[in-house]
Amino acid sequence: MSTTWLVVALVGAFTIAFKAAGPVLLGGRELPARMTAAFELLAPSLLAALVVTQAVGGKQAIVLDGRLVGVATAIVAVRLRAPLIVSIVAAAVATALARALFS
Amino acid sequence: MQKAAPPSPREGAKRVAPLAPASGSFGVAYGVLAVTAGMGVLAPIVMSATTFAGAAQFAAASVIRDGGSVLAAVGAAVLLNARYLAISVAIAPVFRGSRLRRFFESQLLVDESWAVSQVGGGRIDRRLLIGAGLLLFPCWVGGTALGVFGGDVLGNPKRLGLDAAFPALFLVLLITLTVSRRAIVAAFAGGLIALVLLPVAPAGVPVIAAGAVCLAGLRRP
Repeated sequence: MSTTWLVVALVGAFTIAFKAAGPVLLGGRELPARMTAAFELLAPSLLAALVVTQAVGGKQAIVLDGRLVGVATAIVAVRLRAPLIVSIVAAAVATALARALFS
Repeated sequence: MQKAAPPSPREGAKRVAPLAPASGSFGVAYGVLAVTAGMGVLAPIVMSATTFAGAAQFAAASVIRDGGSVLAAVGAAVLLNARYLAISVAIAPVFRGSRLRRFFESQLLVDESWAVSQVGGGRIDRRLLIGAGLLLFPCWVGGTALGVFGGDVLGNPKRLGLDAAFPALFLVLLITLTVSRRAIVAAFAGGLIALVLLPVAPAGVPVIAAGAVCLAGLRRP
């Protein structure tokens, strides 16, 4: 098997297993109360980490670029109670404009 | 979310729809990168359909392009996707039906479908997740096929600012969902950990480490 297909097979197997583990092995059962309390914090902590890595993440580096303009625009849009779609489109447009103007 | 639309697959698709263009065009970008990396035409499409996780696929293709080992490519991708293990255990209670059904539904889990299916208090709605995943899957796989066969038809998605759509979505959801004091503390702790680790840890580790913040919630029932 070529390197490519080996990578495709192994990464696929791991990822499928990660995603399936909970629903297939524990599906439908309530988690212990202590764990539920902990998992309540998973969404905010993971979402915040995803914001950080996607907004300023580079190749093992912090990269400040046009994405920040988009994220700032999204914050303003949310504060103005704009719908989700408006906030996201505004973020993309602001980033595109920033890049067009400063590059 | 504030709006009280009934949670249905249709509503899930609607919530994630603003990201469809970004998902599709990054699918194209991945297809182009994969072909340039020498992965051929079929393997990238198969990978998008099975792995269905953007960052890990970009990482694996980059390692292959640079002549890295299988271990390096798989290691980088698995590290990036390890967060899905934590998410999958956390959302397990809402899955119903046969094992096979739960298996297929679980494969629709990606960051974006998970994020838009949040209904507060750390719980998700299964129907929202399924609807969102069912919309993103063809965008991602179709985009990959387009990139593989059609090449760089759309140009760099970054020129259109589409890379800002992802952090914008996560941030908007974070702001709307994070209401309790504990959640706000967890968000700041998670964000800070990710920021500190970003320049020093391999890709994927900052997010997993941030997710470990929730272990602090174990003590208090």
